[in-house]
Amino acid sequence: MTTTTSGVGATAPPSGQVPGPVRGPLLVVEGLWTWYRRHWRSTLVSSVLQPLLYLVAMGVGLGSFVDGGGRAARAVPELATVSYLQYIAPALLVAAALQNATGEATYPVLSGFKWQRNYWAVAATPVTPHQLAHGALLWIAIRVAVSGAAYLLVAALFGAVAGVGALAALAVAVLTAMAFAAPLAAFSASIRSEGQPFNVVLRFVVLPMTLFAGTFFPVEQLPALVRPLAWIAPLWHGTELARGAVVGEVSAAAATGHVGYLVSLLVGGVLLTRWRFRVRLTA
Amino acid sequence: MSEEPDTVASVIRDTALVRASGLVKRFGDFEAVRGIDVEVHRGEAFGFLGPNGAGKSSTMRMIACVSPRTSGDLRVLGGDPDVDGPRIRARIGVVPQQDNLDNELTVRQNLHVYGRYFGLPRAHVRARAEELLDFAQLTERADDEVEPLSGGMKRRLTIARSLVNDPELLLLDEPTTGLDPQARHLLWDRLFRLKQNGVTLIVTTHYMDEAEQLCDRLVVMDDGRVVAEGSPAELIRAHASREVVELRFAPGHQERAVPVARELAERVEALPDRLLLYTGDGEAALAAAHRRGLQPVATLVRRGTLEDVFLHLTGRSLVD
Amino acid sequence: MTQDVLTRPPGEPPPPPARSGLLPRVLPPGLYAGRAHTLVERSLLVNRRTWMAVVSGFFEPLFFLLALGQGLGALVGEVTGPDGQPLTYAEFVAPALLAASAMNGAIYDATYNIFFKFRYAKLYDAVLATPLGPVDVALGEISWALIRGGMYSGGFLVVMLGMGLVGSWWAVLALPAALLVAFAFAAVGMAATTWLRSWQDFEFVQLALVPMFLFSTTFYPLTVYPRPVQVAVEVFPLYHAIELMRGLATGVVHWGMLGHAAYFLVLAALGAVVASRRLGRLLLR
Repeated sequence: MTTTTSGVGATAPPSGQVPGPVRGPLLVVEGLWTWYRRHWRSTLVSSVLQPLLYLVAMGVGLGSFVDGGGRAARAVPELATVSYLQYIAPALLVAAALQNATGEATYPVLSGFKWQRNYWAVAATPVTPHQLAHGALLWIAIRVAVSGAAYLLVAALFGAVAGVGALAALAVAVLTAMAFAAPLAAFSASIRSEGQPFNVVLRFVVLPMTLFAGTFFPVEQLPALVRPLAWIAPLWHGTELARGAVVGEVSAAAATGHVGYLVSLLVGGVLLTRWRFRVRLTA
Repeated sequence: MSEEPDTVASVIRDTALVRASGLVKRFGDFEAVRGIDVEVHRGEAFGFLGPNGAGKSSTMRMIACVSPRTSGDLRVLGGDPDVDGPRIRARIGVVPQQDNLDNELTVRQNLHVYGRYFGLPRAHVRARAEELLDFAQLTERADDEVEPLSGGMKRRLTIARSLVNDPELLLLDEPTTGLDPQARHLLWDRLFRLKQNGVTLIVTTHYMDEAEQLCDRLVVMDDGRVVAEGSPAELIRAHASREVVELRFAPGHQERAVPVARELAERVEALPDRLLLYTGDGEAALAAAHRRGLQPVATLVRRGTLEDVFLHLTGRSLVD
Repeated sequence: MTQDVLTRPPGEPPPPPARSGLLPRVLPPGLYAGRAHTLVERSLLVNRRTWMAVVSGFFEPLFFLLALGQGLGALVGEVTGPDGQPLTYAEFVAPALLAASAMNGAIYDATYNIFFKFRYAKLYDAVLATPLGPVDVALGEISWALIRGGMYSGGFLVVMLGMGLVGSWWAVLALPAALLVAFAFAAVGMAATTWLRSWQDFEFVQLALVPMFLFSTTFYPLTVYPRPVQVAVEVFPLYHAIELMRGLATGVVHWGMLGHAAYFLVLAALGAVVASRRLGRLLLR
């Protein structure tokens, strides 16, 4: 007869297992997936519907004014060959991915430490803080990829995007989103307040980035003085890559530079997040 | 995994599941734990009794392998938390001071998700969850979200969750703080069953009744140090008396009564609102007090408790 | 010790005279103590520490104006204004952003912040343990949302003036109009918040706000749409706010604009009544 050590129930106890560096993060993802299965409906509006509404309003509605004359084509060479809708479709994919990732890397992370405190529950298990950080970031990447794929599918249906370039744009969107979300998650893991700093991040970093870093018009339209600000924005690099993949061309050298910049932000962000998770959970 | 048999063997040889010597925890300039020596043996229920801020929770977090020690030595289940943290955590259960359940999942999902973190197979976790729901008397609420549950139910769920990996050692940090009396008794009953089943329990509490109910052996902590150690009965024998007489006076009359009271008892403690007389025979001491002309407005003869032990050792009460 | 000292700590001013004015007479006693301003004072006190978050709200419409007016304006050229006159894109979009920011500021203050205080901080349970009633809470919080919204709108109008986007003295009336719009959205938002069950339900708030923001002629004239869509858009509250602002900013004023204003007066009254009732029912049970 088998019995448990605790005497509660009779399910034979498999000995406690220590998940490895790959399995640990996957277990964290599995836990978050359980949450998602229950609540996914409540994420649809902001993750998929919102960017599509922007695409319709700006691409179709406002686009009917942009396509009007040669004025737009003079300012934006791409517009000589593609519609404004097609011009902003890949950029909105990246911008939406970055915004979704921002949402996932701010309040939910702070809540894991502060309100819901579920990260502390994980810390008491064999899953290490590093594995938890990896799992939390991996989850954001998966969420962003799924939302982006849904957006692309609908956008393709009304002709806003086409071709295999769209798949490359999806990969770019996930990379860009995570290049921003990973350092942000490290920040979220560090703050002690009720999350007021997030308002500042959203309004002074994310919103200006969305508006000025090439989503709706090329950064060449900006005054020369502020153009360098766009160049440090991860979103600009992602937009250049994604738009290049779908409607234009991007030189191999430029692409390497953009990818290099995004990857280094991502790697730095992951390392920072691991560190902040470990420090906070093992004080 | 090659060291695993070695670790298991050492645990079998050594009955101490937890062994701490000269254990210190410092946060910046603040020394929360100032060099304590503690041993917890297999099958016993061990308590850390002390007021808030005594260093109990810091000690518990070090034992739970989520807070590295500053200095001293610590062995949990034969391993070093600094090196074997994940492997030790795989074999212990933790009930934190503040519930950290996932409020947006159901009761059952909380057990499933948590069990998976221990690398347990899905089928096993599912079966185990049903047993634990039954144990925690939560079967009827299994598919409800956690958020609207009562404090007592959430606490029972947290305890059930801590048992999902069938731990050899269960750490409970202030298990019943903030619960109403009925919920506390239900919880104590569940913990008592675990103890009967041979689970090793480590409990921190600032409630002396909880310590007396649950603990075979305990240490009294104050200001990061262990000030006494023993079974509840031993501690009461050594630091209090069999019986205690409590005398309450009208405002302003207590001070005059102190010299008289000192002649009637082995020891007298003056609290802001009453005098405590430590004596072997309470009724006799009370009769003597009346004979000597003391006129308290209220009197009580009771048994000595751990509260008295703590008061004697530190000059302060447990809950302030 | 007199009765008065027992009930009133020394130094406290005597209680205000018995409830006077119209509002108390139409409301059942216990719901309104005439002290809604104390909640505004509390908000001021709290936001002194988080002023950055408050100030940042002003920049949101400004960023939109700069990006759309300057950046996108170069691609768009001229757009037809209220009476058919051509406007630069910045002139066209600025009054709409003024209306949209009045809406967004008021709604977010009245939904997210109030939900948090209601559900988590349990602030109103503490407030209602004092003589204050649910109407004080509703009015106090709406007033605060309004003060914030008023500051943003005033600041934005000054920016519009500085950028030469104001075409008429009528624009002075855009500030009270913005306050009216903000009041109505705050009241409706607060009423809606009492039905929200969890943070997930805020998706419904987004579902209402985002399409309204994007499609209420904020970025292009109504003529873009086929007629059936035009009718739907004309139902959106934000459409009326934008009509109002665009008329005042360009100086194309007509009697029909009183209709837009009346729309918001009705919305504000409805929202305030429903919000007070719902708060009362949820808190005083």
